[in-house]
Amino acid sequence: MYGWGVIGTLGMTLYHFIMTYVEDLRDWLGRRHGNGASAGAPDGSEEHLHGVFTYNYPAERRELPERYRNLPFFVIDAETSQLRCTACGICAQICPTQCIWIERAKEPETGRPRRYPISYYLDVSLCMTCGFCAEFCPFDAIKMDKDYELASYSRLGFVSARDLAKPESYHAQIHPTAYAEEKEDKVS
Amino acid sequence: MPDRPLGMPAVVWERLQEHFPGVLQPAEPPERGDEEGRSQAGRHRMTRAVSRSLLMHRPRYEGVLVHSRHLLPVLCFLRDELDYAYLSNLTAVDYPEAIEQFPPHIDVVYHLFNFAGGSYVALHVHTTRDGAVLPSITPQFPAANLQEREVWDMFGVRFEGHPDLRRLLMWEGFDGFPLRKDWREAYYEEEHKPYRSRFPNGGDPTYAEERTPYHANVRPCAELSDSCPPQDHDFSEADRLLYERMLSADRDPDKPLKTEEMILNMGPHHPSTHGVFRMAVRLDGETVQHLEPVFGYLHRNHEKIGERNTWLQNIPFTDRLDYINGMTNNLAYCIAMEKLLGWEIPERAEYIRVIMSELSRVVNHMLGAGFFSNELGVYFTASLYALEERELVLDLFEAVSGGRMMFNYMRPGGVAADLPQGWIDRAKYLVHKRLPQKIEEMERFLLDNEIVKARSVGVGALSAAEAVRAGVSGPVLRASGVPYDVRRAEPYGIYDRFDFNVVTRRGGDVFSRVALRFDEIWQSLRILRQALDQVPDGDIQSHRLSPRMRIPPGETYGRIEAPKGELGFYLVSDGGANPYRYHIRSTSLLNLTPLSQLARGVKIADVVAILGSIDLTMGEVDR
Repeated sequence: MYGWGVIGTLGMTLYHFIMTYVEDLRDWLGRRHGNGASAGAPDGSEEHLHGVFTYNYPAERRELPERYRNLPFFVIDAETSQLRCTACGICAQICPTQCIWIERAKEPETGRPRRYPISYYLDVSLCMTCGFCAEFCPFDAIKMDKDYELASYSRLGFVSARDLAKPESYHAQIHPTAYAEEKEDKVS
Repeated sequence: MPDRPLGMPAVVWERLQEHFPGVLQPAEPPERGDEEGRSQAGRHRMTRAVSRSLLMHRPRYEGVLVHSRHLLPVLCFLRDELDYAYLSNLTAVDYPEAIEQFPPHIDVVYHLFNFAGGSYVALHVHTTRDGAVLPSITPQFPAANLQEREVWDMFGVRFEGHPDLRRLLMWEGFDGFPLRKDWREAYYEEEHKPYRSRFPNGGDPTYAEERTPYHANVRPCAELSDSCPPQDHDFSEADRLLYERMLSADRDPDKPLKTEEMILNMGPHHPSTHGVFRMAVRLDGETVQHLEPVFGYLHRNHEKIGERNTWLQNIPFTDRLDYINGMTNNLAYCIAMEKLLGWEIPERAEYIRVIMSELSRVVNHMLGAGFFSNELGVYFTASLYALEERELVLDLFEAVSGGRMMFNYMRPGGVAADLPQGWIDRAKYLVHKRLPQKIEEMERFLLDNEIVKARSVGVGALSAAEAVRAGVSGPVLRASGVPYDVRRAEPYGIYDRFDFNVVTRRGGDVFSRVALRFDEIWQSLRILRQALDQVPDGDIQSHRLSPRMRIPPGETYGRIEAPKGELGFYLVSDGGANPYRYHIRSTSLLNLTPLSQLARGVKIADVVAILGSIDLTMGEVDR
């Protein structure tokens, strides 16, 4: 009572305020590598858990964990330079918002379905980035991207203008662990 | 002697048969003219309160079918004699087509729990689809208040005797009942996903607005048809009914001095109300005379979407309910599905589930306390302290699931992905070192602060009896001194293995609710320490999931102790790839049941504090 609680609380706020500057000073003195905005570093080691939690976004970017997922993309196989997609339609079936449209190729004479897509669309404005398509794809043909800068000047930019096919090397680069596991599975 | 219905405890079944001997009668009334038969038929008519008919033709349906005349006696008997006092869930299922001997009907379901723990007793009542009427149980069970309003709103079942039967989520004057099977939404495409237009002849995608009723919607619903464009729609009816209610309720005829009263609308865009939530308040000076919450500004007919989706497609949608606690929402839905499927979960997945839920609880309670101080007007300082720790926990969630808020991580039969390398060590550091420090700091500066105390001690008190009657759950219930926690009362997963206490507080006021959240954080940390040490190796998924998995017919109510209270999913399967009924027992909504009562007589500024202490997320309230 008598205001001590209030003073104590204000003191605690002051302490945190000062400590942010102390942490900044430590950064400048080079005690830590990085840019001060390291609290959320994916390795999460102890010395990274102090100081300012914010990033000066366009200048600094947070290192994303491997499983971070945003939009899906279609993988172009490194060996065949073709899409891995076989137009089986599992991704279009599991998609909760039904934002994937896939048109399966047909043989021109007989009309029998072929195992590749003619066209595919993904409505980025509908996609809820749940990752089901990548999880259920039996051919590792669709993977989740890490591109989060998705602004577009038109709604069409959300559907067809975006290039959804990306090379296998890109997949290997953003998902190193998962890619290594896939390779292992294929060999065995 | 009829078999014991599925999911009904033996004791309850015996007592029900004893007290309502109709169950012992044959299902078919005896022939007329026969002397003995007539007397039997008489007894039969009198006492046929409970029949076992549900069991006979719908295998794996739970509970008993009660005639609407006997609904109240049976419910009161269950409450008074058998201690099934906690009316947890009340919802309805629409059957537009005849099933076996039943004509088309609406099936209203009641789930009651015993505060001593254990499973539920389910009661079913049937009513016709045209002019559906049932007796209201709200006067006896105030817990049913909002739920009956929701059933009226969504199914058009009129509850006779309900004190305030207005629509809950839709507006007054809305034509149609959105959860009936024959109701179709504005951008209706097909009855069930996956839609046929997507594959194999995908072609150009079309935007939803190109299919608006003003273009060529498949079947526009009546209220959005060309004949009545939205701008001509009369929305004033809702407000008229609301204000009539506001002016008539809680009148004090003996008030010595007549003063002018005023109706104030707090919200829907009130900065302190966690989203779009409106409270209409009748004020006498600064004192609240009557408060009426208005819901539905965030209503998106989640349950209808859920019935269009396949079983698995619903998992990411549950993340969007209480978006602070996506993990527990996922878990509740998966647990309900597993109950229907009868699946076992691998040990490692069980541990991962516990770790995720408890981390989620820590985050939610810290954030709840932070935002509570926001409500008191301490602008954002405390919230930011909580948000810092939340960031670290979200980093953990993101590393394992890939999302910071929308996890889509749990699956029926396990979890989606294993823990990445080094995850346990990071979690251990947080749980053992960092979080205790920070929580202690926050607890000290919030709970020892005399301004917080002055604003919260004794404000908005809810006694244990009132809390039970109002059917609140979670911290709100335990802060009133009722030691009821689903993790102990009906342990799901592996919660029976951990050493923790169900903490309670006596006061039932705003302060107790906030303080209790801190107590619970400590218990969660206890569980986390045990779980992180014991995580075994092994599989994380017991079954291979197929995108269009089917679930055998049946119904179930699966629930967990979510951070905000009891979160339950009532699922009905007809054997197909989509849920026939997908109902969410929304914690945030039902914890608001006593809000009106709590706010009566307090100052207007305290209403905000009371609301903050209940800790709600609008995504879950409106669904």
